[in-house]
Amino acid sequence: MNRLLPRALMAPAVVTLFLWMIVPLVMTIYFSLVRYNLMQPGEKSFLALANFEYFVTDPDFGPSVLNTLSLLGSVIAITVILGVALALLVNEPFPGRGIVRVLLISPFFVMPTANALLWKHMMMNPIYGVLAQVWIFFGASPVDWLTNHPLFSVILMVAWQWLPFACLIFITSLQSLDRDQMEAAGMDGANALQKFWFLTLPHLGRPIAVVVMIEMIFLLSVFAEIFTTTGGGPGNESTNLAFLIFKQALMNFDVGVASAGALFAVVLANIAAVFLIRMIGKNLD
Amino acid sequence: MQMNHFALLVRTVAAWLVTLLLVFPLIWLVLTSFKTELQAIAVPPRLFFTPTLESFREVNLRSDYLHHAANSVVTSFVSTFIGLAIAAPAAYSMAFFRTRRTRDILMWMLSTKMMPAVGALVPVYVMAQTAGLLDSRTALIVVFTLSNLPIMVWMLYSGFKDIPPDILEAARMDGASIWGEFTQVIRPLAMGTLASTGLLCLVLAWNEAFWSLNLSSAKAGTLAALIASYSSPEGLFWAKLSAASLLAIAPIVVVGWFSQKQLVQGLTFGAVK
Repeated sequence: MNRLLPRALMAPAVVTLFLWMIVPLVMTIYFSLVRYNLMQPGEKSFLALANFEYFVTDPDFGPSVLNTLSLLGSVIAITVILGVALALLVNEPFPGRGIVRVLLISPFFVMPTANALLWKHMMMNPIYGVLAQVWIFFGASPVDWLTNHPLFSVILMVAWQWLPFACLIFITSLQSLDRDQMEAAGMDGANALQKFWFLTLPHLGRPIAVVVMIEMIFLLSVFAEIFTTTGGGPGNESTNLAFLIFKQALMNFDVGVASAGALFAVVLANIAAVFLIRMIGKNLD
Repeated sequence: MQMNHFALLVRTVAAWLVTLLLVFPLIWLVLTSFKTELQAIAVPPRLFFTPTLESFREVNLRSDYLHHAANSVVTSFVSTFIGLAIAAPAAYSMAFFRTRRTRDILMWMLSTKMMPAVGALVPVYVMAQTAGLLDSRTALIVVFTLSNLPIMVWMLYSGFKDIPPDILEAARMDGASIWGEFTQVIRPLAMGTLASTGLLCLVLAWNEAFWSLNLSSAKAGTLAALIASYSSPEGLFWAKLSAASLLAIAPIVVVGWFSQKQLVQGLTFGAVK
């Protein structure tokens, strides 16, 4: 067996991924340093850091960073807490558990645009929507979710999609929980809360960390839900970093400023990625 | 005993209630798709009605549904197959010809997946524009393949690694070529891994919305992009929106049900067992 063959087999994947990583990155860095507008293709004068300055002094920048972080934080909190609760609820056998678990995971497979419009129209419409009808049924006045609570609405949609993901991972992890240990703890007089706190929760520590980090990476780029429902508005109330970069690039055609913003997003994502990579590395073989 | 029965009853009722509440929006979507437009916005909402296929017919006639469905099928299947063709040899090489650097290469591949899509939006858009590939299936296929490649290599690698090397040794002793080794020994054992990796990537490509929305419109638009066009149409459209959504998500939800386990493995890069 020669030594060339293994490398030749690996080459296509390595080369394509290397290009996929390096080409956009180099282009982004270059674009971020020049004046580049899609409407004026010819002109590309060197600007040094002016694009970065423009991006971070944009009045939408502060709110969009804040929105990105509250979206991230809220969805992670909701999915982890409810995910653990749900996983515990369906962990013990009961009639129909198989069907329940299949149903539970379903929202995760709904494409983001369908998810967003389902909530925007059929659920959250202030007159005909299901939520409005429920509110009326209980004698409350219906809420115009997307106008009055735009960010919360987006959080709800995204959390609805990611809760099944978190739950599925916790269910998988709970199955490897040491049953003997649980029983022994029960014999020794530990109550349900103590068993949860001292046995279950430590066991779930690792999957929780994984869920948090994976959601961080995906939720940093939440886009379709905002694009199809609020359009980032009203004003900038539901604009996140991804949507702001999109607006600069494809609505204002300012590639330079958008690239500066993109580098900012990459740095944010890498903070999460470093920890995740390290953890996966530890688990490898 | 009495107590246990009671606990079981409470747990069963609670689990079913919570589950039905969570999937209620989906149930509602299914119901609405079989209503007429007037029934869809009826106040109070109707649970019982005579089902009609009118909306499905309308969606097919008016919004060019089949064209977008074809785009979705082509982009997701082709990107999955190309991805498998690139990833399988790499994973094979890493699993059976381990070197000191295998681990580093694997970690590096994963790290490319951690790049947020929006970070690459501008350069990819500019490249597609320069190459005249905006709103083309080709651009979507390339982007889908590349963004799924790290997950594919990873999943295939974990699958191949579980094949006992003794079997390979035996085949080599018998004088099998590397091609024979791959087709006659590895392939039968790795079919399951190849299939589950393919399924996961199909799901991811089918549901992909970020690139579809930004790189495609009328010509190459996938179902995800078609659904987005229902964002603010005129007139009554809820039943049609539901019918279009149901057609778009049903196949993939069913596929998803069968690939749950692989999904956990793939999306967590094997960090949760």
